[in-house]
Amino acid sequence: MSTFLQTMLIGVLSGSLLRYVMLKRDYRLYPSYPHGVVIHLALGVIAAVIGAVAIPALAEKEFTAVTFLALAATQFREVRSMEREMLQNLDQTNLVTRGPDYIEGIARVFEARNYLVMFTALLVGGVTFWSNFFYGILTGLAALIISRKLMKGKVVGEIAHVRAGKVRFEGANLFVDDIHFMNLGREQVRKIYLERALGVIIEPYDDNGRATLANNGQRRAIAHDAAALLGIYKDVDTAEFTPIVRRSLDTGRVGLVIVPLEKDITILIEAVKKVPVLESAFSTPLKTTLGRKAAD
Amino acid sequence: MELNKFILAIITSEPDKVSGGGTPVFISRNIEEQDNIATILARVTEGVIHDLGNGVYILIKH
Repeated sequence: MSTFLQTMLIGVLSGSLLRYVMLKRDYRLYPSYPHGVVIHLALGVIAAVIGAVAIPALAEKEFTAVTFLALAATQFREVRSMEREMLQNLDQTNLVTRGPDYIEGIARVFEARNYLVMFTALLVGGVTFWSNFFYGILTGLAALIISRKLMKGKVVGEIAHVRAGKVRFEGANLFVDDIHFMNLGREQVRKIYLERALGVIIEPYDDNGRATLANNGQRRAIAHDAAALLGIYKDVDTAEFTPIVRRSLDTGRVGLVIVPLEKDITILIEAVKKVPVLESAFSTPLKTTLGRKAAD
Repeated sequence: MELNKFILAIITSEPDKVSGGGTPVFISRNIEEQDNIATILARVTEGVIHDLGNGVYILIKH
């Protein structure tokens, strides 16, 4: 087999494999749609081809071919707007919405993963071209492990302590521990809340966590993921059972109240811990001098 | 700033505590009737009932 062919083949294979591995099909319900998987695999293969072809093209002094990399980058930016648009449309019919921040985060991940595939194919192609296919495969594996590690964002469990809270009423006002949620008028609704609802308190470890949890988009993501995992006791005409996340102004703690179908507090706590910290919400005031001074 | 919460209706068993305005007011004779009207309105409009604590319920579209 010629070196060119070998380079292309191994580059494309490793890139496509990486894209496949990074496609998560789980409770987040996305992209579990079979056609979504096809779309993203196809785009991944295209990205891998572009990446893999770059090194042989350079070696052949075909510099115009390399400019296609830049062209491809603009194409993949479209992926982000495509995902955003679709998720926004679907979000309108969700019982518990994801919110724009979560959607933006997901869309950005889709775009970034295509670039990762391109870089991997480029790297693997380069290594294969200048050494042999054995090292190429080795590089591919290393790239796979590194990209999985690098792209693994933080989760709520790493920035805050999550514990159970007590759901109670003061008159018509719903509380979890000392965090006020909302006013509920009907006696029957209050009864259902007392019987079926679960409350969780999220206590940030430091000021960074506090600032992150204050973000409204982050809080909607928590409510959405909790509802997706435990099921939700709600229909379109019972808006009062929408899970909500509210903040204690005094302590910066955040509380979640949800009326789930499966009343299991340990699972709810685990679910909340695993909610991803959104890139747009993640905030680090403690990294600045003023932020540190304000903290003490 | 977008205004996205609206009072759709007021349901009360104490009519002297509300007056005028652009919101429809439903007057009931007792708490049961008030609860019943509020439930039906909430289901139909997909709103949420809040209790002002003085015998007045407001129906809000969130």
